[in-house]
Amino acid sequence: MHRYANPARFVRFAQRVTPWAAVVTALLFPIGLYYALVASPPDFQQGDTVRIMYVHVPSAWMALFVYACMCGAAVAGLVWRHPLADLFTKAVAPIGAVFTAICLVTGSLWGEPMWGTWWVWDARLTSVLILFFLYLGYMALVNAFDDPNRGLRSGSILVLVGSVNLPIIKFSVDWWNTLHQQASISTFERLADPAIDPAMMPPLLLMAAAFMMLFFTLALIRTRAEIADRRIQMIRLAQAAG
Amino acid sequence: MKRKQRRMMVLGLCLLGVGTATGLALTAFEENILFFYGPTDIATQGVPEDTRFRLGGLVAEDSVRRLSDGISTEFLVTDTVHDVRVVYTGILPDLFREGQGVVTHGRLDAAGLFVADEVLARHDEEYMPPEVAEALERAGHGPLTAPAAAGRDAVGYASYGVETVTN
Repeated sequence: MHRYANPARFVRFAQRVTPWAAVVTALLFPIGLYYALVASPPDFQQGDTVRIMYVHVPSAWMALFVYACMCGAAVAGLVWRHPLADLFTKAVAPIGAVFTAICLVTGSLWGEPMWGTWWVWDARLTSVLILFFLYLGYMALVNAFDDPNRGLRSGSILVLVGSVNLPIIKFSVDWWNTLHQQASISTFERLADPAIDPAMMPPLLLMAAAFMMLFFTLALIRTRAEIADRRIQMIRLAQAAG
Repeated sequence: MKRKQRRMMVLGLCLLGVGTATGLALTAFEENILFFYGPTDIATQGVPEDTRFRLGGLVAEDSVRRLSDGISTEFLVTDTVHDVRVVYTGILPDLFREGQGVVTHGRLDAAGLFVADEVLARHDEEYMPPEVAEALERAGHGPLTAPAAAGRDAVGYASYGVETVTN
């Protein structure tokens, strides 16, 4: 970890890895979508509406995963003052926000035909909406200061305060009565015997891999862009001073 | 090294504080976070008359009846211990059928009849293709078959196993 915390070394690493990550993403998405939309069976009650799940569930996983990554980076930034950690947090926030938005929109599109409503204020849906607002709040806060370092630090604190929301999202369906169903494959006991048919697992896992690689690719590109942006700021400051 | 450890300590304590505060708040508001109450909650705790609330549970087997006005449906919501009779006027969601989880929103009248103005179907975490559901049913795992590829128009009430009462 410490090796790549050096921005120059990270940029060299990112330059080498980004094309490969982009190629893997570009391969996984068509395969995953083919399995999700064509080569998998309909559900016994939902019919073809079940195919929304292959986008909804991976985007929900990524919404949580990206936020968890931001929490880790926020700790590294606040405690060890790694400049790369702060820039990474700032770079991935919009990606996480978009995953959360995709999760909310696809969930709504599924809820209307299946539940009979676009939206309800149950614990799961509300806590995911709060996650979306945390992403937006972080993005607004980071850019609200003249001194970029103060913005990044305030943002990191907001990210960590918001981290209490992650277990709430995960366990909301177990702790309270919700309209949203419980998890089908999340816990380890259920991994061996998931409540989801084996025929539906390949598209779900392929789409999850595709979303993960998309995030990895975008995170590399955006973090590099943040580093470049920071260098330009430094050069401008030096020129203005000199 | 010392400053880093101090920062870590402060951060850890802050997170612990925020976590505890959230935990306490959620416990205090527990009743309000519940999206619905079950028939047993109503039987044991009682509900003030004319309060709007949500009632959730399973639609009891052989309980769904279409009323003679043609648009109202009556059914029992059960949690297998207690049941509540519900009457609803309007279009039912695709997944509505006997044995399915539902969440209804409305009021309890003086006679103990729950008058709902909204019925939402609850989907469980089971996902399987129709052939697997049929095979399970043949193997004696209870009636699973739903209006597969359900459509409000294509299915009609017959597939819910509903008696239609006509004038």
